[in-house]
Amino acid sequence: MDAFIRETALAAPFEGSNVDTDQIIPARFLKVDRTVGYGSFLFHDLKFESDGTERPDFVLNQQPFRHARILVTDENFGCGSSREGAVYALSDYGIKALIGPSFGDIFYNNCLKNGLIPVRLPHDVVAGLREDLLRGPDREISIDLDSQVVTLPDGTLHNLEIDPFWRECIMKGVDEVELTLGYLPEIESFEARYLDEMKWINR
Amino acid sequence: MTDHMGDAGSRTKAMFDKIWDRHVVVARAQGPSLIYIDRDIIHEGSFHAFADMKRRGLTVRKPKQMFGTPDHYVPTTGRMIGDAATPEIARMISQFDENMSWGGIRNFGLRDPRQGIVHVVGPEQGITLPGLTLVCSDSHTSTHGALGAIAFGIGQSENAHVMATQTLWQARPKTMRITIDGRLARGVHAKDVILAIIGKIGAAGAGGHAIEYAGAVVRAMSIEERLTICNMSIEAAARCGMVAPDDTTFAYLHGRPFAPNEQDWDAAVSYWRTLPSGDDARFDSEVSIDGSAIEPMVTWGTSPEDALPISGHVPGPDPKADLQRQDAVARALRYMGLEAGTALTDIAIDRVFIGSCTNSRLEDLRSAAAVLDGRRAVVPAMVVPGSTGVKLAAEAEGLDAIFRNAGFEWRESGCSMCAAMNGDFVRPQERCASTSNRNFVGRQGPNARTHLMSPAMAAAAALTGRLTDVRQFMGARSGVQ
Repeated sequence: MDAFIRETALAAPFEGSNVDTDQIIPARFLKVDRTVGYGSFLFHDLKFESDGTERPDFVLNQQPFRHARILVTDENFGCGSSREGAVYALSDYGIKALIGPSFGDIFYNNCLKNGLIPVRLPHDVVAGLREDLLRGPDREISIDLDSQVVTLPDGTLHNLEIDPFWRECIMKGVDEVELTLGYLPEIESFEARYLDEMKWINR
Repeated sequence: MTDHMGDAGSRTKAMFDKIWDRHVVVARAQGPSLIYIDRDIIHEGSFHAFADMKRRGLTVRKPKQMFGTPDHYVPTTGRMIGDAATPEIARMISQFDENMSWGGIRNFGLRDPRQGIVHVVGPEQGITLPGLTLVCSDSHTSTHGALGAIAFGIGQSENAHVMATQTLWQARPKTMRITIDGRLARGVHAKDVILAIIGKIGAAGAGGHAIEYAGAVVRAMSIEERLTICNMSIEAAARCGMVAPDDTTFAYLHGRPFAPNEQDWDAAVSYWRTLPSGDDARFDSEVSIDGSAIEPMVTWGTSPEDALPISGHVPGPDPKADLQRQDAVARALRYMGLEAGTALTDIAIDRVFIGSCTNSRLEDLRSAAAVLDGRRAVVPAMVVPGSTGVKLAAEAEGLDAIFRNAGFEWRESGCSMCAAMNGDFVRPQERCASTSNRNFVGRQGPNARTHLMSPAMAAAAALTGRLTDVRQFMGARSGVQ
């Protein structure tokens, strides 16, 4: 995972609550190896007509939003299927962070594991932000994981709430499996005791 | 058993907290703790996790606690790799077999009589047990909570982490109790109950929460009905869904292949009896539903929260709602090809799908067959049993003949037209009455239109070619419940 410390980038408003991971990446693309790159699958059926031409009404097909690196979303973004391909697609496309009032649980965790920052801000702040982005002309947002501050285009500052554990992992680009394997003695002693009491688990 | 079993907190602790606390390996004052994971069930989509492990030179730490079965990509027309819809799909299945043998993991492969949808196979084989933590890289892992386990979906990074360490870093979710009291009316099934719940609390309604389903309706339910309810917890954004284990649970599990054997059985049951939430347990959130008032339900839109009683009408954008919500409703109606005000029973359908981890178990098939017995479907329809075990059991009692005589295709088990990954899909603009769990845009195929409902309601829709109140097929025949 690449480390993320701070990022200032163009943000696009993404309308609609309960945007599910089937919209972020349709199932038919999930057979592809990650090494191929998932960026071109992002929002595929929202972005393109069935003949492959771009749909002009889709926000990421419009200027200046086609260069956006931050998406500002609505409630429960990334709900539905656990497919991590949704995060691969966002990441490989170049999205660095999401700002929304709430995210699907599994999706939120998948973001953290891939260094894509999901920022939760209050519903009203995010709704106002989406309007501001649409109107312009200021559309840059700064996300600073170190100072835990989000700076919106109107200059207002907001606290970036993220668990300190994940914050540190992402800032240092920590390999989580390596980190956990450092606790192997604890895991082994837990396991010896636990599996002795619950003998039926491992028969 | 040791003294933690009857700990002093058991009167005030919720079931979720009891099981969680039992699995903490490393507690941290704040944020996520390291939680022990008892079971991980693997399907074809896990190839990313295996690629990751191979790249880093890791091995599967506890292969005996892993179970694999292919479901998302398997053909339902036959059980040979050559039956796969495309060479790419065939490769997903053979790659899965390779990964299972690489990891030394039990594989209920394509031709194994134990093969099936991960969430049908787990309970059926006794892999899912009360008090366990169970994960699978599939969002409907919430299903397994019906037996009193903490079960939740994970991504592929987490899947690799579990395979390598048998643990996950997890923050404790809040708890929500949903109490369904009363008694279900005839023609009302578990699917109607969960659609009514999601319709009430919304698709984001249980975000950040572990749900415990309680109340007279849940206590009276069979395990298969509880599995249906817990399955769709994720559609309300819950971390997981659970039902307290009871005598129904123990009777269901006894004698299953991976359940405790006779030597361990009594110890296991006495532990399981300590798991239900204490009488004084506090939940972060409480929801009550009058089970007696629930009607047969269908969805009209593109989110499972768009659920209404079959007696209802397609809603229009509510002028009192905010503009975004009005726009969302208008978009859903456009996608679904529906007009506001249409009676739900006037909506004509093009095909019927009975299957998926929500509703593909033996009781589901019995319930649909009771409606179909001696009648004919007027639209194309198919049944995809949730496991090869379910298929064989259904055939043993002659259900396949009822379905075939009604004009249904009788297929091999898998996820099929719910996930639309194996080549079974709904065509563009086609309208499908489906017992699956998601009516999302494009879920059953690009531009496919999905109406979610119970197996009995799907059977009734097959007979009339439109959304139909199954109760109109009840009464004259005694078989229909």
